[in-house]
Amino acid sequence: MFRRLAAVTGLWLAFTAGSAAAQDTDRSGKLLLTGGVSSVEGAGGGGLAPWALITGYGSPGQVGANVHATVVDLPDYQFRSGGIALGLQDRLELSYARQTFDTGATGASLGLGQGFTFRQDVLGAKLRVLGDAVYDQDRWTPQVAIGAQWKSNNQPGVIAAIGGRDHEGVDYYVAATKILLDHSVLLNGTVRATRANQGGLLGFGGDRNDDYSLQFEGSAGVLLNKRLLVGAEYRTKPDNLGFAREDDWLDLFAAYAVNKNLSITAAYADLGDIATFEDQRGLYLSIQAGF
Amino acid sequence: MRSTFAFTLGALLVLASPAFAQPTPWAQPGETAIDPYAVDNANAGAEPLAEGAVFEAFGGVEGVSRIIDDLVDRSVIDPRLEEIFKPTDLVRLRRTLKEQVCFILGGPCAYTGRDMASSHKDLGVTTAEFNALVENLQGAMDAAGVPFRAQNRLLAKLAPMKGDVVER
Repeated sequence: MFRRLAAVTGLWLAFTAGSAAAQDTDRSGKLLLTGGVSSVEGAGGGGLAPWALITGYGSPGQVGANVHATVVDLPDYQFRSGGIALGLQDRLELSYARQTFDTGATGASLGLGQGFTFRQDVLGAKLRVLGDAVYDQDRWTPQVAIGAQWKSNNQPGVIAAIGGRDHEGVDYYVAATKILLDHSVLLNGTVRATRANQGGLLGFGGDRNDDYSLQFEGSAGVLLNKRLLVGAEYRTKPDNLGFAREDDWLDLFAAYAVNKNLSITAAYADLGDIATFEDQRGLYLSIQAGF
Repeated sequence: MRSTFAFTLGALLVLASPAFAQPTPWAQPGETAIDPYAVDNANAGAEPLAEGAVFEAFGGVEGVSRIIDDLVDRSVIDPRLEEIFKPTDLVRLRRTLKEQVCFILGGPCAYTGRDMASSHKDLGVTTAEFNALVENLQGAMDAAGVPFRAQNRLLAKLAPMKGDVVER
């Protein structure tokens, strides 16, 4: 943990130093935080849910790109995510995230072995189809995007053993984001069709249910100043596996844009019960560096 | 009688000279000549705020005036906005921007400028340039100590103008 935090801090300092010079010649289009931050699945959004916003600060004619590193430190597990995302013309977003679910000492209790780790690759695509969350302040219509996430987990054997049906799966979602500037408020609602267990970390489909189900992900935040967005998120999840109950996820977050090149998100995340281990609540810390 | 005549003659001479052109509803002395147009508050492109608190937070007419001067000062030296501001009549721009913001914030001002589509026609403003101006406005409002929430009340009025301002 400490080594990882040190690495993360080093990365952060490197980008901070670089960005001070970059700011003077900043030609990027969008306003601070209007691309969201990086969700654990790599898409631009909040911490747990993708938003309709296209990541990065690219405007039409421009490309925005960013990398992120996220750690969620839970009582019995550690969840990490690292990845890269491209926002093209403020229209299309392409993302990749490598998720690591480290069972640490808990792995031994689960019979998987000390330090057993699930890895999942998530490829994402998101297309803005309607509206503009920032400029459409004279109407109620939100910015709407559709997206898909292709997920592949590296532990098919374990997933089969716990009742999961597949180690690969695709989530589809529609996200609607509205920024109410005259109230300094951001709202997002996302509907996701998914078979994923714990986001796919425990595979797709299961002995209790193998079908796609529709889940809702809601985020609400208040802009306290142009750099700081604080809010909450709630994400419902399927409950496909018989061996362990799966809970909804929620978090309370603060996203801080140091500048257009760097943002830091800290959250208190409650991921509920995971694989029979109860009350997985802990600190979520993420940094995002953009270009 | 004689002095009245001299005064009238003097006034006529002054009025006849182009440098001291008579003020019109659409242009003031000292501004580049502009084709006449119908002056109308609707040209401001937004309905004024109903309550006075936000206008107060901006420091009233004086405050708005200082903020717009600061905005223009920042923008003329901003490399992102060079192309847009170089050929612009800054005297007129300052005046009409002050009128527009004062009017939109519910202040005691009339907007005498052109509508957003006509005034930005053929300037080729990009989204990035539109946003750069907003950033400079945020900077000017910060410098004037306008609270963030009050700033956003104005930005919410200006944001939808992007459709008329941005051409490419």
